[in-house]
Amino acid sequence: MADTSPNAHPGWFTRIAHPGMFMGWSRHLVLPLVAITVIAFGVGLYFSFLASPADYQMGDTVRMMYVHVPTAWLSQFCYAVMFASAIGTLVWRHPMADVSQKAAAPLGAAFTALALFTGSMWGRPTWGTFWEWDGRMTSTLVLLFIYLGIIALWRAFDDQLKAARIVAVVTLVGAVNIPVIKFSVDWWQTLHQPASVFRMDGPTVDGSILVPLLVMTLAFSLLFMTLHLVRMRTEITRRRIRSLELAQARAAGGAA
Amino acid sequence: MIELGQHWEFIAAAYGGAFAIVAALTGWTIVSAIRAKARVSELEAARAARKLQ
Repeated sequence: MADTSPNAHPGWFTRIAHPGMFMGWSRHLVLPLVAITVIAFGVGLYFSFLASPADYQMGDTVRMMYVHVPTAWLSQFCYAVMFASAIGTLVWRHPMADVSQKAAAPLGAAFTALALFTGSMWGRPTWGTFWEWDGRMTSTLVLLFIYLGIIALWRAFDDQLKAARIVAVVTLVGAVNIPVIKFSVDWWQTLHQPASVFRMDGPTVDGSILVPLLVMTLAFSLLFMTLHLVRMRTEITRRRIRSLELAQARAAGGAA
Repeated sequence: MIELGQHWEFIAAAYGGAFAIVAALTGWTIVSAIRAKARVSELEAARAARKLQ
C-alpha cells in the first residue's frame, strides 16, 4: 500500500490521520477487534438466552430487546460518527474524514433497518401491532431514508472529493432528526417508554435485564467499530486503485 | 432447546433477521476488502513491470 513517510518525526495527528500511516497502524487492530467482538457476542448471547430470566410482564419477548436496543443505539451512534466526520470534511477538508463518512453510511442504514425490524417483531406480541406511526418509529424511519439518500448521493458523483462536501452538508442538515428521535418519547404521546437506562436517577431496569442489554450493546458497538475500520481501509485502497488506474491509462495513452 | 414461550416465532424472527443482516454486512465488507486488495496488487505489479520496461 501507500507507504509514504512525509517526515522523520510526524505528529500524533499525522500518524492517526495520514491515509498511508492509517493503513499501517490499523492493520494490527483488525484481528484483535474481530476476536473481542466474537467473545462479546458469545457472552452477550449467553446472558440473553441462558443467564437472564423472562420479564415478569413481557415474558420471553424481553429477549428481543437485547438486539433491538443495541441496533437502535447504533443507528444513532453511527450518525454521530458521520456528523463528526462531516465536520472534519467541511472544516479541515481532511481525506480521512471523507473516508470515515463514506464507510459509515451503509452500516448506519443496516442497523437502522434492523432496529425497525426487531422493533416490529417485538411490537406485534406486546403492543398488538407491527407498526404504528408514533413519534419514535416515524423519526427512525426518516433516519433510514436519510441514510439511503446519503448512500445514493455518494454514488451519484464520480468526483469523490466533491461528493464528500455535498454529503457532509446533507449529513449536518439531517442531524436535526437525531434529537427528534431522542426526545420523541417526551414530546409526544407515544407507545415507546421514556428513557429507562441513561437517567439522572439511575437505570429503572432490573440488573438481570440490564446486564444482557449492556453486554449486547457493547458487542454490537464493537461490531460497528470493526466493520467501520475494515470498510475505511477498503475505501482508502479503492482510492489508491483509482489513482493507479488513472496512471495506467495515462501510460497507455503515452505509449500509443 | 431453550423454552421461549408462546411468542417464540417473533423472538426467532428477530434474532434470525439480525443474524442474516449482520452476516450479509460482514460478508459484503470482507468480499469488497479482498477484491480491492487483489486489484491494488494487480495494478501495482503492472506499474512495477512498466517501470522495468
